[in-house]
Amino acid sequence: MTAAATGDGRVEAGGATRYAGTRIGRVEDPRLLTGRGTYVDDIRLPGMLHAVFVRSPVARGRILGIDASAALALPGVRHVFTAADLNPDVREQWHTSVGPKSPETPRPPLADTDVRFVGDPVALVLADDRYLAEDAAELVEVDYEQLPAVVDYTRAAQAQELVHEAHGSNVVGQLAGRPAATLADVFAGAAHVVTDTIHQQAHTAVPMEGRGMVVDYSASTGELTIHAATQAPHEIRLFCSRLLGLPEHRIRVLMRDTGGGFGQKVMVQRDEMALMLVARRAGAPVKWVEDRRENLLAAGMSRHEHADVSMAFDPDGLILAASIDFVSDCGAYPTPWPVGTSAAVGMLFPGPYRVPAASFTATTVYTNTAGRVAYRGPWQFETLAREVLLDNAAREMGMDPAELRRRNLLRTDELPFANPNGMTYDRITPLETFEQALEMLDYDAFRAEQARAREAGRYLGVGMSTYVEPSTPGYGSYATEAATIRIEPSGKVNVYIAGGSTGNSIETTVVQLTADVLGVAIEDVATIQGDTAVTGFGAGTAGSRSGSMTAGAVRDTATILRERMIAIAAHKLEAAPEDIELVRSRASVRGVPGASVTVAELAATAYFDPYSLPPGVPAGLEASARYTAETRSVWVNAAHVCTCEVDPVTGGVTLLRYIVSEDCGPMINPSVVEGQIAGGTVQGIGGALLEHLAYDEDGNPTATTFVDYLLPTATDVPVIEYGHIETMSGGPGGYKGVGEGGAIGAPPAVVNAVADALAPFGARITRLPLTPESLAALVPPEALR
Amino acid sequence: MSDVQVELTVNGQARTATVQPRLTLADFLREECRLTGTHLGCEHGVCGACTVLVDGEAVRSCLVFAVQAAGSEVTTVEGLGGPDGELSPVQAALRDCHGLQCGFCTPGFVVSITAFLRDNPRPTDQETREALSGTLCRCTGYQGILRAVQQAAGAETAR
Ligand code: FES
Ligand code: FES
Repeated sequence: MTAAATGDGRVEAGGATRYAGTRIGRVEDPRLLTGRGTYVDDIRLPGMLHAVFVRSPVARGRILGIDASAALALPGVRHVFTAADLNPDVREQWHTSVGPKSPETPRPPLADTDVRFVGDPVALVLADDRYLAEDAAELVEVDYEQLPAVVDYTRAAQAQELVHEAHGSNVVGQLAGRPAATLADVFAGAAHVVTDTIHQQAHTAVPMEGRGMVVDYSASTGELTIHAATQAPHEIRLFCSRLLGLPEHRIRVLMRDTGGGFGQKVMVQRDEMALMLVARRAGAPVKWVEDRRENLLAAGMSRHEHADVSMAFDPDGLILAASIDFVSDCGAYPTPWPVGTSAAVGMLFPGPYRVPAASFTATTVYTNTAGRVAYRGPWQFETLAREVLLDNAAREMGMDPAELRRRNLLRTDELPFANPNGMTYDRITPLETFEQALEMLDYDAFRAEQARAREAGRYLGVGMSTYVEPSTPGYGSYATEAATIRIEPSGKVNVYIAGGSTGNSIETTVVQLTADVLGVAIEDVATIQGDTAVTGFGAGTAGSRSGSMTAGAVRDTATILRERMIAIAAHKLEAAPEDIELVRSRASVRGVPGASVTVAELAATAYFDPYSLPPGVPAGLEASARYTAETRSVWVNAAHVCTCEVDPVTGGVTLLRYIVSEDCGPMINPSVVEGQIAGGTVQGIGGALLEHLAYDEDGNPTATTFVDYLLPTATDVPVIEYGHIETMSGGPGGYKGVGEGGAIGAPPAVVNAVADALAPFGARITRLPLTPESLAALVPPEALR
Repeated sequence: MSDVQVELTVNGQARTATVQPRLTLADFLREECRLTGTHLGCEHGVCGACTVLVDGEAVRSCLVFAVQAAGSEVTTVEGLGGPDGELSPVQAALRDCHGLQCGFCTPGFVVSITAFLRDNPRPTDQETREALSGTLCRCTGYQGILRAVQQAAGAETAR
């Protein structure tokens, strides 16, 4: 099918008009560009009080006493709540995707007897304004008995001190696949074995907007309204109803704009529980908006982990077996239970390669640091470890790293392919995306340039990585998504989905998809999202599911209305339904010029003239449907290739080119797809080179401002080049999830490029982030003379 | 310390308010003027989300007290587009180039790019990157923002 973009972004294809596949401008943009967005901090309600947490300054300790009298004496300070006030109100406390029976970490909303990390919420101050509330929080005196903290997670399992005494151990849980011992013979008999221990530093989502919530309880009606910065408004409602024992339909959660989430705003954490609990006690609406320091102290940690990894190869470089022993730091209060995600690292470690046998163990441990939370591609360590190991293997075997991958990457004629841990990949293109990325670089030309540069004393490198990722989870609460569409009496269309703008362009996506299925002009379609009072339950933005699941919901719902419009038009125009076509809000009879009726006329008939409708067609043009995923996951894959120059004296890294070839199926909006890839990739670059949520040995965080927690800036990032391969998924429209992949592929591509640049010095990189100091230390001073 | 009266002009309108001396300009704009387009991403001068123009200069409003801006002309993101919602050239270029996703950083970019292109209408890529390096975006990887600056610069020069 050939397609050509028209001026307004549509594609003319065989006479039909389609908006999917075009770079249509976003519907979110006009309000956001002009300062007219509505983020949680923009909500202001009459009489609203401002909340500030008193947080623990010690990593581990007992609370001996709390004296709030000085704080309460300040004019304008209304309440100081402690655990004794709020925690007894908790009824039930569990996340829908985890379920009530999982062995969860106990989470007191406010710390009761013990504090377990610096930043642990101990008391909540409510005052007339934010400045006052901060003054008062300083005046709350908490007496702590400081205890030795468990900070080094690699020694947590053996530590005398316990983060959660009742748990009896600092090991949260352990899962394993096939025992490594059963592969001993394969490794012993292999032509080549490569082994490494690879470490990733703590870093995390760091959305530009922190977390926040406004709670507004009406005692007379028993209704609670919550405005939240969230990726999952319906989950907040459900969670809150269990927490407070309030009926779900008495709670309304609203969000119009959320300033980024990347996993951090999927689940309710302890601070947000405390807000929910004060709602009924404050006697006024309450707003809490965390500042940057709180966000870096207490909104959670991710990525802190290491693994012993090994691969066995035959004489031709074909992989015989892969094994990973993975340990991850879960902090004091992981949200949710982290053991399942850690097992995903083990299950996915074989990646998109022909790996015949594999073993894994996955261990999660508690420490006295911020709790582990989801961050874009929560299991991405499997790709980091595998791809860094493959490059080390290639160097040891004297083989080109591209050739080593080429020999082992899965071909489409081998699909579906079950990896040795039982993950069955299908409809992916690992080899095609890899070759496309290398071709875009002109790999051979780069190698020649690299050789010339080395002769001139300059150190260039190229790094590559490939991965396969399960998107669009099709189980539990994630397995369905609903849409309601109302073609209003004037013919204008409203689409109601759970959604909510967190940066993922889901409003634009929904409008594009709906206009296509209904055959209406895109300017006739609007969408209402992020309001639990009017949208059907949806599990929110997580697991790269929004686009692909919403496509199903819109398709199933809009198809009902499309058929109804066609029936009414056929009746009005005295034609057969098969001959009616709907294009740009007009139904016409194919091949009969002039025989047409507008969608507005059809709607007027449907609402105002019900007796003239054809038999069997109901009045009105409103429908709701709920799509159920057909598969447990939709596989998506990509290859990243990056080049860099490293200054061996300073250790400074300059990224030169960055190429991503990905297969996310047909693109609903290429600009949105590329924007997601770019954003994830730059987060991955930040993780490889800059970002570190560091603690000192006593458990004091040392990166609580943007002066110490370094985010990538415009001077750190290369131009990102995109290659697209489109393989249809089995789901609606053939679409796949694309939100997380960039953050998965980027870190190893960057590490491998830097390691390649420093290969002449025999450098082996196994620890992130690649700071200038750490890289300069890899170059022996005598090598530079 | 007792409250003080400040008078200043915000987006062309005279404003008078009695405020605490410690009230930041950012909070003055957000709370007193109810101009919530100015965002707070760090409150310590690094992220640039709170950037506004004070007498034409791009300033981080989280680092300035409202009283320090007394007598000045302040322009926020709300004051840069047309009154009927029409986008300024910088705003339009950001939209065309997919230069925003969640939009939280966007007001800071709109304001700082506007000031930057006024002072340097035909910037090189390196100048652009350096000018933007004081404003953080976590969503876009800066790709669309950098393209937007070039497009807006081209649009200005084409006039
Ligand atoms: S909020 Fe002012 S610079 Fe970040
Ligand atoms: S668009 Fe989200 S921070 Fe820039």
